[in-house]
Amino acid sequence: MILVIQAHPYPDRSRANRALGRAIHDLDGLEIRSLYDLYPDFSIDVGAEQRALERATTVVWQHPIYWYTAPALLKLWFEKVLTPGWAYGPGGTALVGKRCLWVATAGGDESSYREGGMHGQPFEAFVPVIRQTAAFCGMRWLEPLVVDGAHRIDEAELSGLGERYRERLRELVAEEGRGEGGGDA
Amino acid sequence: MHERSFLVHAIVYLAAAVVCVPLASRFRLGSVLGYLAAGCLIGPFGLALVSDVDAILHFSELGVVLMLFLIGLELEPARLKAMRGAVFGGGTVQMLACGAPLVLAARAVGLPWGGAIVAGLALALSSTAIAVQTMRERGLLGAPLGKTAFGVLLFQDLAAIPLVGLVPLLSDDRGSHGGSAGLALAKVVVAVAAVVVAGRFLTRPVLRAIARTNLREVFTAFALLLVLGIAEVMELAGVSMALGAFLAGALLASSEYRHALETDIEPFKGLLMGLFFIAVGMSIDFGLLASEPVRLALLVAGFVAIKTVALVAAAGPIGVARGERPLFAALLSQGGEFAFVVFGLARAARVLPGDWDKALTLAVALSMALTPLLVLAAEMLRRRVEAGAAREADPIEAEDAPVLIAGFGRFGQIVGRLLFASGLKATVLDHDPDQIEMLRRFGFRVFYGDATRLDLLHAAGAGSARVIVNAIDDVESNLRLVDLVRSHFPQLAIVARARNVAHLYELERRGVTIIERELFESSLLAGRHALELLGVRPFEARERADKFRRHNEAMLTVLGADGGGDDSQRRARVREARGELERQFQKDVEELDRREGADWHRDDER
Repeated sequence: MILVIQAHPYPDRSRANRALGRAIHDLDGLEIRSLYDLYPDFSIDVGAEQRALERATTVVWQHPIYWYTAPALLKLWFEKVLTPGWAYGPGGTALVGKRCLWVATAGGDESSYREGGMHGQPFEAFVPVIRQTAAFCGMRWLEPLVVDGAHRIDEAELSGLGERYRERLRELVAEEGRGEGGGDA
Repeated sequence: MHERSFLVHAIVYLAAAVVCVPLASRFRLGSVLGYLAAGCLIGPFGLALVSDVDAILHFSELGVVLMLFLIGLELEPARLKAMRGAVFGGGTVQMLACGAPLVLAARAVGLPWGGAIVAGLALALSSTAIAVQTMRERGLLGAPLGKTAFGVLLFQDLAAIPLVGLVPLLSDDRGSHGGSAGLALAKVVVAVAAVVVAGRFLTRPVLRAIARTNLREVFTAFALLLVLGIAEVMELAGVSMALGAFLAGALLASSEYRHALETDIEPFKGLLMGLFFIAVGMSIDFGLLASEPVRLALLVAGFVAIKTVALVAAAGPIGVARGERPLFAALLSQGGEFAFVVFGLARAARVLPGDWDKALTLAVALSMALTPLLVLAAEMLRRRVEAGAAREADPIEAEDAPVLIAGFGRFGQIVGRLLFASGLKATVLDHDPDQIEMLRRFGFRVFYGDATRLDLLHAAGAGSARVIVNAIDDVESNLRLVDLVRSHFPQLAIVARARNVAHLYELERRGVTIIERELFESSLLAGRHALELLGVRPFEARERADKFRRHNEAMLTVLGADGGGDDSQRRARVREARGELERQFQKDVEELDRREGADWHRDDER
């Protein structure tokens, strides 16, 4: 089972997010949880989230980049759901060995994500926080799917992007079916 | 007493009280001094309007009986446990510190050992009536000082009981009692057992049945019947009426009708205590005072001085703050009503020689009159000291419930359950006996009574609580409660339930700042669900509801500020405000689309 955690406050208003959502919504072997739809008041059901994570062998975090990291509700999800004794620390082995795929959409493109550009750093500089979050819980980091320039991507590129995302998840489902569960870490 | 003279007497007492008590209060001397003065005025040594002082004194002792019943009611097991340090520790220290020097002093002025022990210990007791009344008038009962003093007084009430029993044992002619000791003991055991059984198993069902009839005065009548009946049973068995009443009170302390009983008995106790003070005033023997002014002055000054010094010394170990020790000593410096009883018994048992019982009784009465003056002096002293030094911070008091919930219907229950689940002790007041019975079975601390009665609020601990949740649904009662709390318990933060906007304005006019309209939040939630069903994503629906709430509150402030204006103006404003909100929402949507879906550093390519 692949668990897709989506965190977009205005999913219908983002073209990139709509394209990503449409591309995977009918795939078998997925459980999709849209955090802003489930918890508009930010009162996360920690038990339900942990049970969903326990069911999964692969966890996908799909969200736009806001202020160089995850949107507030996903950040809160990290804080509330990834608890000591469950996700890390003594006895905290619930996520160990599970694969983690990061799917991030960023508004700026390569020209803004570089030294001296609008964001001052290449995009890779903002990856470690999320990556280490997964690593801290013992998850295996898959090659992330990063969409930059999402703000001005055209329709053809958008559907191509959706296709790539869908292919990626299909592969992961297939690997699970073969009992491999191993990715390209 | 035949009918006419009864009426005349009643008029005399009431008139004297109505004239003297407000005057005394006016000069901050306290009501006690007013009653005493009224007694002096109409007594045999004043206008001589009343002659039968002993009968009145005896009758008005019912006030003391009722007071002990109320004290018993206060002794809820949990509360007793929390107070046991103050009662048993503080009480023992006080009795030893005051009793020992007083016994020695009594021996030194020539009393035989038996008499000295009785007189010294009796004088060590303070007047619960005077001390509590004085503290209540000064709002000290909820303060740490008041709690310590109350604990000491409670211990004295317990200590007085063996003291009364001690008198015959010290008597020279004790042989006459010996014969029937076995029978007397049996009578006591039977009476106490009867009171315990009745108090535990019979009273509560009867109280419940009566409460359900909603006949308020029958409930009151039964409460009085209960106290007086038990007092009479105990008297017949040869135990003090006060002890019986105390026992009955303690047995009902954990019952849900505790506050209602307190509320109903309180006025009778108040009136009878007033009568008691009047009787004390009347009994002041000015003849004796005139014939031996020096001896009596020395007697009063001597025992009050010994007691005051001993109390100041004992106050430290008991935990009274340094600056408050003189006030503590002044409050407890007088002799108590038990001293009258003890001296009377001592005269009958010939433990006190000569006219000592009269002189001591007079000294105690005078010391009672002295108390309000000493308290005034102590307060002045404290103000002086405080002016020089910063005031010590009041310790946070944990023993009383920090929250009162008035009204435990649909609204109050949710609030209460949240608080209870958070481990907060809340005292709940409601007037539906069936409801209360059910809730008690689930383990809530729920009490029966009308929350808009000042005395009930006092009894429920409004003086020491920090928060009151006013969840009463009836607008009029709701506002009455706010008025009471604002004027009598200014330290209480109010969380108010508002039925509607008009009610909200009324609450705001009274200075309440935390107000929840009872249906507002649930309606907003329903609105969110409707939006979601129409295709708006949950988080956006929530943000719109949040924005609506803020806008709505701002609008209420604007509309409330000018007192409303006329109806058409008001309607126009509401329409205008709604249009504004619509435009606001439209702008928000455009902003979101621009930010999320479009490029903000180049033109949109779509």
